[in-house]
Amino acid sequence: MPAVSKGDGMRGLAVFISDIRNCKSKEAEVKRINKELANIRSKFKGDKALDGYSKKKYVCKLLFIFLLGHDIDFGHMEAVNLLSSNKYTEKQIGYLFISVLVNSNSELIRLINNAIKNDLASRNPTFMNLALHCIANVGSREMAEAFASDIPRILVAGDTMDSVKQSAALCLLRLNRTSPDLVPMGEWTARVVHLLNDQHLGVVTAATSLITTLAQKSPDDFKTSVSLAVARLSRIVTSASIDLQDYTYYFVAAPWLSVKLLRLLQCYPPPEDASLRSRLTECLETILNKAQEPPKSKKVQHSNAKNAVLFEAIALIIHHDSEPNLLVRACNQLGQFLQHRETNLRYLALESMCTLASSEFSHEAVKTHIETVISALKTERDVSVRQRAVDLLYAMCDRSNSKQIVAEMLSYLETADYSIREEIVLKVAILAEKYAVDYTWYVDTILNLIRIAGDYVSEEVWYRVIQIVINRDDVQGYAAKTVFEALQAPACHENLVKVGGYILGEFGNLIAGDPRSSPLVQFNLLHSKFHLCSVPTRALLLSAYIKFINLFPEVKGTIQDVLRSDSQLRNADVELQQRAVEYLRLSCIASTDILATVLEEMPPFPERESSILAKLKKKKGSSKLPDMDDSRKNVNGNTEFVCKNNGVIYENQLLQIGLKSEYRQNLGRMYVFYGNKTSTQFQSFSTSVSTALQLNVQEKPVDPLIEAGAQVQQILNIECVSDFSDTPVLNIQFRYGGTLQNIAVKLPVMLNKFFQPTEMMSQDFFQRWKQLGAPQQEVQKIFKAKNQMDTDVTKAKLLGFGVALLDGVDPNPANFVGAGIIHTKTTQVGCLLRLEPNAQAQMYRLTLRTSKESVSQRLCELLSEQF
Amino acid sequence: MFIFLLSFPPGKTRLAKWYMQFDDDEKQKLIEEVHAVVTVRDAKHTNFVEFRNFKIIYRRYAGLYFCICVDVTDNNLAYLEAIHNFVEVLNEYFHNVCELDLVFNFYKVYTVVDEMFLAGEIRETSQTKVLKQLLMLQSLE
Repeated sequence: MPAVSKGDGMRGLAVFISDIRNCKSKEAEVKRINKELANIRSKFKGDKALDGYSKKKYVCKLLFIFLLGHDIDFGHMEAVNLLSSNKYTEKQIGYLFISVLVNSNSELIRLINNAIKNDLASRNPTFMNLALHCIANVGSREMAEAFASDIPRILVAGDTMDSVKQSAALCLLRLNRTSPDLVPMGEWTARVVHLLNDQHLGVVTAATSLITTLAQKSPDDFKTSVSLAVARLSRIVTSASIDLQDYTYYFVAAPWLSVKLLRLLQCYPPPEDASLRSRLTECLETILNKAQEPPKSKKVQHSNAKNAVLFEAIALIIHHDSEPNLLVRACNQLGQFLQHRETNLRYLALESMCTLASSEFSHEAVKTHIETVISALKTERDVSVRQRAVDLLYAMCDRSNSKQIVAEMLSYLETADYSIREEIVLKVAILAEKYAVDYTWYVDTILNLIRIAGDYVSEEVWYRVIQIVINRDDVQGYAAKTVFEALQAPACHENLVKVGGYILGEFGNLIAGDPRSSPLVQFNLLHSKFHLCSVPTRALLLSAYIKFINLFPEVKGTIQDVLRSDSQLRNADVELQQRAVEYLRLSCIASTDILATVLEEMPPFPERESSILAKLKKKKGSSKLPDMDDSRKNVNGNTEFVCKNNGVIYENQLLQIGLKSEYRQNLGRMYVFYGNKTSTQFQSFSTSVSTALQLNVQEKPVDPLIEAGAQVQQILNIECVSDFSDTPVLNIQFRYGGTLQNIAVKLPVMLNKFFQPTEMMSQDFFQRWKQLGAPQQEVQKIFKAKNQMDTDVTKAKLLGFGVALLDGVDPNPANFVGAGIIHTKTTQVGCLLRLEPNAQAQMYRLTLRTSKESVSQRLCELLSEQF
Repeated sequence: MFIFLLSFPPGKTRLAKWYMQFDDDEKQKLIEEVHAVVTVRDAKHTNFVEFRNFKIIYRRYAGLYFCICVDVTDNNLAYLEAIHNFVEVLNEYFHNVCELDLVFNFYKVYTVVDEMFLAGEIRETSQTKVLKQLLMLQSLE
């Protein structure tokens, strides 16, 4: 047993710890602990008041037990009592206990705050520090409320001891982080800045941290710190080693303070004042010079400390981006580190150079290191170093080296870690597009990507290659030929089949002249992959087949036979079955002209920003919190969901919300799916629904924890009490990486969801129509068609809306007539509707007749938006 | 800085300082994860590893891993040496510190930490000053 220091024996504690360590099993440990807990409990309850020493010893034992991992539910009172002792060792244990086992009992909080108040006012620096450390460690709102105004005063008072100032500065920093509204900085700003001139470098260190954080929120208030910081840094950097004895670490002068000052300066642009700017430049040059001097010590601590300052100085140079000379020197220094024998330095150099690559002053200088970086990609053994190399290649890529860099990245992709493949794929796709002079190279690159890392080629990437091929006549033939050849491989990735299917469907005619790629050969090639593919790919292939029928009448029979087969026409998947049936029918009844029109070549896609870039930003954002601003998809007013019940209703960079719903009479059930799109778990996930009184929405509880990449389901039970017009709102709250997210989404629950379609004969219809003839029962609307006026689409929408479509009721066959009943808990409302399209004018007239005015209004409103 | 961790494989935590709010179960999970990430690495790796939204700067001394979780924009080498500075102080204070010292004097280790780090920032870097302060405190009743 190691000797315990004199002064505070606590032998009992040492013995207890020994006993625990000697326990042979977990059970023995638990037994010993319970024995001790019982002992302590009885001592605390005992009649004899415990002396300070004993209390301290027992509280310390409790703390030890807690730190082993066992729950402690008593001892707080005794710990708080220790705070009022005038012995340091007793106070210390008391403060330690309450900082580690934070308790939210308000009585205890009051007592603790009282003790802290006394210690802060005690003028005893040791006690003041204990109190300040406690506030800094706990940082609760109650403490902030009690002390936020005292601490600045202590910080700047002339008679405060240095060590207390250090603690006060950082204590203030903690309070500012947790309760910024309670920390009044205004009147103290100038004096806090002045601390940068303090004699005690520890005080300056703490003050610099404080100022840096405050300056990030209100830079203007702390502008004056810049000149003081530069002056200080200058003095440190040019000092002789005997000046800063206490703060020299392995022959490096005040390395941590230098780093902090350089950090502070990164909150501001380069100084406007010329002499200040030149003083800073001199400083930075000195730091760069020192890196070239022979080292004063062989110890790694010396070089790490020196390089810590160097890297921060380089970060400042990059941030300012204003002195070409410094930027180039920085680049050269980093270039030397690229080949250093220490992995840490190679890693940091690659990382730092990445930011340098984007500065126009140093971009060319960075490019000169391309061979070293490529070599790093091939030889580094730490995968995170290789990743930095990839990032750097991406950053330094431009027209002059794009082919080389893309080739290297593709070659690296073949053996890359699975966790980073998707990112590399995105980067290659972006570079290939950005720097393609000749688009055949682009097509080759993407096809290579699919071949090498097909699983990681996301939709955005292959959609993009198709968009580009469609939009560029000059590469269509090449694309067709290349995918055709690529598909010959015995095992090709499904994404290649998708791309190949689409391209051959559109441009197969460009290579059909060659007998080796005749239409029949092309079809057989695609069809040979058919049964190996998933449903979405097969659906795409079916579309390609109908396009072939249009392009190559000679294979029409062959393809029709395929479409006609049972495996297509009776396919279990609805989409495939529908396509097979419809395409087959289309091929049979459509004349060649109509077929050619329907299957005309795809028009060029409108030029818009690549979604690949957005996806990459989102991926990179997994290491930093991404921008919350853009909401990728939020259905406006849910018009999309009036006639359908399933789909995605909300999506942003973090979360996707989908739903599936079913309704029966006046009840509905909605399955809400929350998908975590990030690589960090969501915590404290909770929802609440706000809705009008006429609608009851009952939420089943949802999992408060959603793992990265996972999806959870929540059930909502819905009851329509009476007719309503407002859609309910789903409020979602969760914690992501420390920040609280709040999202509100409209839930697509509309009155028509509670429709029951009602079939009836035309006499019944007209009878009821007459019965609902009162003016308030009818609502009519004439409106312009927003979409194409297509009969089938309209029929589908009306059915989706919930009514039964009645044939042969309206003498005009172009008109639509429907009937249904809206079910609510209180009443049932019969509804009749008539939709009259006017194709020539591209307009509609919609008439709704129901027994309740509000229902007629609402249904008319909802339905008119659909066309 | 968000977390300061001193751990010993197989997963015994000798010291954990938290500079950000976490629930007890979150803390436990984080400790396990940090431990898992750090103990699979060896000499060919760097002393830095990306972890969730942070990065971990760590160094191994005999059987003990000293880990600091910092913001991705923080200076890696500065924190690496801050760990070493802290270890040198412990060494001086406990006279050739060994793991048992840290176990039996756990409550004093917190004092050392608070002298050098506070509110997630570096508080004092001069070994001379820190040791002077610690010795003074030691002499108090």
